[in-house]
Amino acid sequence: MQQRVSKKITTGELIGFVLLAAFAVFATFVSAKAWTPAYAFQTSIMAWTAAVCAFLVIRNYYNRPAELPPREIDGKPNYYLGPVRFLTVASIVWGLIGMSIGLYIALELAYPHLNFVHYINFGRLRPSHTNSVIFGFGGNILIGTSFYVVQRTSRARLAGYLSPWFIAVGYNLFLVLAISGYPLGITASKEYAEPEWYQKLLLTVVWVTYLFVFVGTLLRRAEPHIYVANWFYLSFILTIAVLHLFNSPTVPISPFSSKSYIVWSGVQDAMFEWWYGHNAVAFFLTVPFLAMMYYFVPKRANRPIYSYRLSIVHFWALIFIYIWAGPHHLIYTALPDWVQTLGMVFSIVLWMPSWGGMINGLMTLSGAWDKLRTDPVLRMMVVALAFYGMATFEGPVMAIKEVNALTHYTDWVIGHVHSGSLGWVAYISFGAIYCMVPWLWNRRELYSLKLVNWHFWISTMGIVVYISSMWVAGIMEGLMWRSYNKLGFLQYSFVDTVQAVHPLYVLRALGGAMFLTGVLIMVYNLWMTITVDELSLNQAGSPGAPALVPAE
Amino acid sequence: MSLMSKHYILEKNVIFLAVAAVLAVAIGGLVEIVPLFYVKGTIEKVGSIRPYTPLELEGRDIYVREGCYLCHSQMIRPLRDEVERYGHYSLAAESMYDHPFQWGSKRIGPDLARIGGKYSDDWHRQHLKDPRSVVPESIMPRFGFLFRTTLDTSDIVAKMKVQRLLGTPYTQADIDSAKKDIVTQDTDNSDGAADLAKRYPGATSRDYAGIPRHVTEADALIAYLQMLGTEVNFKTYDDKANIR
Repeated sequence: MQQRVSKKITTGELIGFVLLAAFAVFATFVSAKAWTPAYAFQTSIMAWTAAVCAFLVIRNYYNRPAELPPREIDGKPNYYLGPVRFLTVASIVWGLIGMSIGLYIALELAYPHLNFVHYINFGRLRPSHTNSVIFGFGGNILIGTSFYVVQRTSRARLAGYLSPWFIAVGYNLFLVLAISGYPLGITASKEYAEPEWYQKLLLTVVWVTYLFVFVGTLLRRAEPHIYVANWFYLSFILTIAVLHLFNSPTVPISPFSSKSYIVWSGVQDAMFEWWYGHNAVAFFLTVPFLAMMYYFVPKRANRPIYSYRLSIVHFWALIFIYIWAGPHHLIYTALPDWVQTLGMVFSIVLWMPSWGGMINGLMTLSGAWDKLRTDPVLRMMVVALAFYGMATFEGPVMAIKEVNALTHYTDWVIGHVHSGSLGWVAYISFGAIYCMVPWLWNRRELYSLKLVNWHFWISTMGIVVYISSMWVAGIMEGLMWRSYNKLGFLQYSFVDTVQAVHPLYVLRALGGAMFLTGVLIMVYNLWMTITVDELSLNQAGSPGAPALVPAE
Repeated sequence: MSLMSKHYILEKNVIFLAVAAVLAVAIGGLVEIVPLFYVKGTIEKVGSIRPYTPLELEGRDIYVREGCYLCHSQMIRPLRDEVERYGHYSLAAESMYDHPFQWGSKRIGPDLARIGGKYSDDWHRQHLKDPRSVVPESIMPRFGFLFRTTLDTSDIVAKMKVQRLLGTPYTQADIDSAKKDIVTQDTDNSDGAADLAKRYPGATSRDYAGIPRHVTEADALIAYLQMLGTEVNFKTYDDKANIR
């Protein structure tokens, strides 16, 4: 009783509750006046989420002890891991959703009858696939690992009490709205920036909070130096904010409609889009995953980073040069030639700083190469680096104008993207997840390393099937479109190429299915790791205490 | 390496590190994007580009909604085979009123930048309802539901007002008569056709989806498809005048 009397509501809790409650009322009002059922549905999801969160804030206030959790316990940082656990699970869930949709749309291309009803037509589902794998699977694990890594490497508790939860929940609400919106016909149509205006506004608020929490944690650090992984995370958060703001200024036709028009048009809109789009690859799918590499590879290999100097050089070179490469998506289009040339030149220059990161990661294994034989988790991360090296070599080649004339608009681009996203992004994330889950749930080890091995081999073969079928399809399309017969006429009609790539589309779906199978094995393995770990429970008495390590 | 030894300044200060990172990424974007807004010749001078009629604008929004751009580009590159297959290479001017642009990035199906007038309305109807009935090898989804969905025109005025705000030259008369224009353009031998064509040069009025006295989403989409790439007369257009 005494405790409850002395308990005070914090300013954050009060503001959080008032804003959430007010927003719930506002969203209900908008929902009632919405012009379309789809928008009414989406705004009511927002209203319900805000209402539930307002309730949770208050319930948490009544249930929590009077004191907020201390930053340190007995001189050791009291890490804030709840949001990290939530984000890790969310990442895996979105990964499953996104990869399943990916498999389905791959099958739709091979067997068009699968477009049963317009809600699941290829054109409506494809953004749901890209968004749930990039922003759902990738984004959640990026925010999750960044919260983990920044605390560990700064030896400081995460800044904020409710705000990390606001980020975790707000970001996933954004995902639910965006990804459920496309099948309902709510889209802004800018690739990888398809969310509509209100979804983008929500993301903006979440992202600014994320920046504050991340910087706030760095400001609390007990280490004099900011660790290299955090440079990468910080530039990811900042640059994504800049890209998002300039690629998304839209004017809604009404607050009661989901429809909006972007301020830019035509050629300028195209340039903004691919400046954004390419740097979503750079600053969403590369830079922060390198941050992940810079923490989890040395941790797992138990070796220091190979070269401090190389990390400085390649970090600054990478972020400076990457931003220029966007126009290579618009080679030979109506974009002025000088911009195309700049884009091509910088894409080629980019090859070296990209490989700088790969070399720094691979060489970290000096003296620990034998672990590749025994540790499938480390092997996964090393193969991720190998795919990173391959994709960052392939990219500059495809950015050369003469090569691009052949590859653009073909399936080679799809293959290239997937060698980067499956081989690099997903593999380094799997590695990080396999490392982090036992740490987060206080388990000694993963449930089964043998299953990791199975995951590794099945999905590696899946990637190889996927990308080789797309190489063959892409080169074939490119060559067939430009081939002439003896009389000087185009040899093939367009639909001839559609027919010719059919077997490769079937193979691609097979590759995707294999990759998904690997993920299902991972989910089972992680589930067992989290739920059944009798050993560490029995030995340590409570799940919070460190487990004993047997002598070897 | 004295520069390297100075790196600790950034490494020990979050704010310095953040500012340096933003500066590093700002340069490329500034150099590549800002000139596109003022360098002459970025958008060719072509007199005949007009804003979309209300029906075409609605059709374009359906094109966006259905994700057509994910399989069909609207950007013909100046390469021999593309020009022979699809027609004159695309001009920047042709998408100057496109909010957002629909150039696309992948050709699962053919380019549509100059699809307008290439096939009859009847072909489009049949092809949208069942693509494989006219092109057996096609892998396009069916869009029969567009023929059963009445076009929602309640928001057309709001849409055109935002377009005007963003620089599309719609006149007050265009906005006032938007709803009437939609019906006019979707009717065979309609009275207002001449007035519509005066305000939107080249706009043709006819029953696009072949469903009399009923404006469906299919009408709007076919109206949009049939005007794509038809605004510039390439018989008189001088390529050399716009060399950049």
